[in-house]
Amino acid sequence: MAKKPRVKVPSKASKGQVFQIKTLITHKMETGTRKNKKGKLIPRMIINKFSCKYNGKEVFSANLHPAVAANPYFAFYTKASESGTIDFAWTDDAGKTVTASKKITVS
Amino acid sequence: MAKTIKKPLSVDRRSLLKATGVGVLAVAGSGLLSRTAQATPETAAKKLSELTGGAAVKQGKVNVKLPEIAENGRTVPMTVSVDSPMSSGNYVKTIHVVAEGNPNPDVVSFNLSPGTGKAEVATRIRLGKTQNVVARAVMSDGSVYEGKRQVKVTIGGCGG
Amino acid sequence: MKLKTLTSMVVALSAGALLAACQVDKAPDSVSGYTFATKDTQAMQDDNFSNPAMLWVGIGEEEWIKKDGSAGKSCASCHGGAKPGSDEEGMYAIDPVLDTSGGATKISMKGVATKYPIFDKASKKPMVLEERINLCRTKNMKAKAWKWESDQMMGTTMLVKMQSRGMPIMSTADQASSPLNGAWKAGMKFFNERRGQMDMACKNCHDDYPGTRIRANMLTQAQVNGFPTFRLKWQKPGTIHRRYAGCNKMVRAKHFKRGSNEYKNLEVYMTWRSRGLKVETPAVRN
Ligand code: HEC
Ligand code: HEC
Repeated sequence: MAKKPRVKVPSKASKGQVFQIKTLITHKMETGTRKNKKGKLIPRMIINKFSCKYNGKEVFSANLHPAVAANPYFAFYTKASESGTIDFAWTDDAGKTVTASKKITVS
Repeated sequence: MAKTIKKPLSVDRRSLLKATGVGVLAVAGSGLLSRTAQATPETAAKKLSELTGGAAVKQGKVNVKLPEIAENGRTVPMTVSVDSPMSSGNYVKTIHVVAEGNPNPDVVSFNLSPGTGKAEVATRIRLGKTQNVVARAVMSDGSVYEGKRQVKVTIGGCGG
Repeated sequence: MKLKTLTSMVVALSAGALLAACQVDKAPDSVSGYTFATKDTQAMQDDNFSNPAMLWVGIGEEEWIKKDGSAGKSCASCHGGAKPGSDEEGMYAIDPVLDTSGGATKISMKGVATKYPIFDKASKKPMVLEERINLCRTKNMKAKAWKWESDQMMGTTMLVKMQSRGMPIMSTADQASSPLNGAWKAGMKFFNERRGQMDMACKNCHDDYPGTRIRANMLTQAQVNGFPTFRLKWQKPGTIHRRYAGCNKMVRAKHFKRGSNEYKNLEVYMTWRSRGLKVETPAVRN
C-alpha cells in the first residue's frame, strides 16, 4: 500500500447538508485462491476493513472480503454537522493501516 | 457506436475464430477466481441468515444496482441503496452483500449510522460468472429487508 | 478504413496537408476506444475520483516534486510545480505558468502528449515520451532511469499526458519530409503484416472488425489516445507497448521488448493513425 489513497470530500458544506465522499486506494486484494506459476497458492492479502470517522465518531465503515475488486473504491454519504476533520483508515490482513484525513468547514 | 461490418466475413473468419479460441485459453489460465469451491444460492442464503442472526426477511426497500452485462468480472460497479429516512430513530444499521455464484458468498458489509445521512453506497466487486447478487439491510428496529439483482458476466480474455 | 483507400488518401492529402500545417489533421473515421466501452467503464474513466489510474497519477505527482539524483533536482525545478488538484476537480495540474524567477524559463508540459513520438536527432530514431522522461532523469537530474513499466514511470507519463487532456493528437509522420517518415513506413508495414501461428495482422482485427465482439471483447480501432491506460483485466495501468506485446502473443506471434525499435515504429504509425483524436490519458479499458 505504497500509494497515497485518494479521497474526495467537499471543503465546505452547510449544516445538515448530506454530501458524498469518494475514496480510492491501491491494493491488489489478493484473494488467496490464486496460484502462482509454480502452482503454489498465493496467500490471501486484502484490505479487510475501511472506516470513516467524522470528528472521531464512526459514520461509515465496511468489512471487505476477497470479492471486493482490486484498488477498493467506495462512494457513500455523510451529513454535515460541524466543522472538523474526517478521517479515513484502511486495514489489511497483516494489520497494517493506511490513513488519510480531510478538513471540512460547516457553516 | 458498434459499427456494422462492411466487409463480409471471409478469409479472416477462420483466423478470427482461432483467435477466439486463444481467448478461452487465456481466461482459463488467468485464474481470477479458482473454481474449486463454489457458492450456491443456498449457501449464499445461509451466509446471509448467519450475518443477520436468522431474523425474518421481507422483500423490498433494498435496491442493488449492477450493470445488466458486466464488461469484466474483475471490476463490476455496484450501488446498493435502501429506502430509509436515516434519522436518529429510523436508520439502516448494516447492509450485507453476498454473491450466489462466487467461490465464496461473502462480498462486503457496510455499517451505516444516522450520520451517514443517506443509505446509498457504491463500490466495485469481483464476479466469477453470471449470477445473482443479494443484499440484506438490517434496520435500526431490527427488521431485515432484501433485494437482489442478476448480472451477466463476460470475462475479458483477449489482448493480454 | 482500408489500407488501400487510406494510402491513396494519404497521397492525395499530403500536398494539401503541407499547406494546412496549422490546422488539425484528423484521420477519417477514427474513433476512440472509449466509444466502444460500456457506459459503466466510460463512467469509471470520466470521474477523476473513480478512475483507478488516478492512484498512479498520484505517484507521478509525488515524483514530480521529489529531488532525485546527484544534480539535486526534481522535475519541478525545471518544469514548474505540480499543483495538487483541488478536491472538487481531482485534477493534478502542472503549473503551466512560466516561472523565470531563477533566470531559467520553465518548460510547460501542456501539449506534450500531442506531439510524441518525436524524432531524436542523436540516435536518429523515434523517441517516445517514456524515453524523453528518462533522458531528463539521466541527463538533467543525474538520476537512475526508470524501468519502462514501473509505477513511477507510468505515473509520471500519465501526469505529463494529462496536461494535454482534450487536445488533439498531431502527426505528420506520413510526409516524406518528416524525419519520422522511415519509422512511420516501418510501423505501417508491421501493422499490416500477417504474423504468428494464426497468421493475422493488427489490421485484420483493428481495421477490419472494430465494433465486432471477439469473445468477451468488443474490438476497437486500437487508437493510442488513452495510454497509458488502466485495464480492467490487468487491474493496473499499462503502456501501449505492453498492449502491443499482448496482441502479438494473442495470435501466437513473436513479441518484442517494451521500447524496442519495432514497437517504437509501430507507435509512430499508430499515433499518426490516431491524429485528431483527443488525448484521454489515463483511459480505462476492458
Ligand atoms: C535540469 C533541468 C531539468 C530537469 C530536472 C528535468 N527536465 Fe525535463 N526538460 C528539460 C529541458 C531543458 C527540456 C527541453 C529540452 C529540449 O527542448 O530539447 C526538457 C524537456 C522535457 C520534456 C519534453 C518536452 C517537450 O516539449 O518535448 C519532458 C516530457 C520532460 N522534460 C519531462 C521531465 C520530467 C518528467 C522530469 C523529472 C523526472 C524532468 N523533465 C526533469 C530540463 C529538465
Ligand atoms: C485477433 C485479433 C487481434 C489482433 C490480430 C490484434 N489485436 Fe489488438 N486488440 C484485440 C482485442 C480483442 C483488444 C481489446 C479490445 C480492443 O480494444 O479492441 C485489443 C486491443 C488493442 C489495443 C488497445 C486499444 C485501446 O483503446 O486501449 C491496442 C493499442 C492494440 N490492440 C494494438 C494492436 C496491434 C499493434 C496489433 C498488431 C501487432 C494488434 N492489436 C493485433 C485484438 C487483436
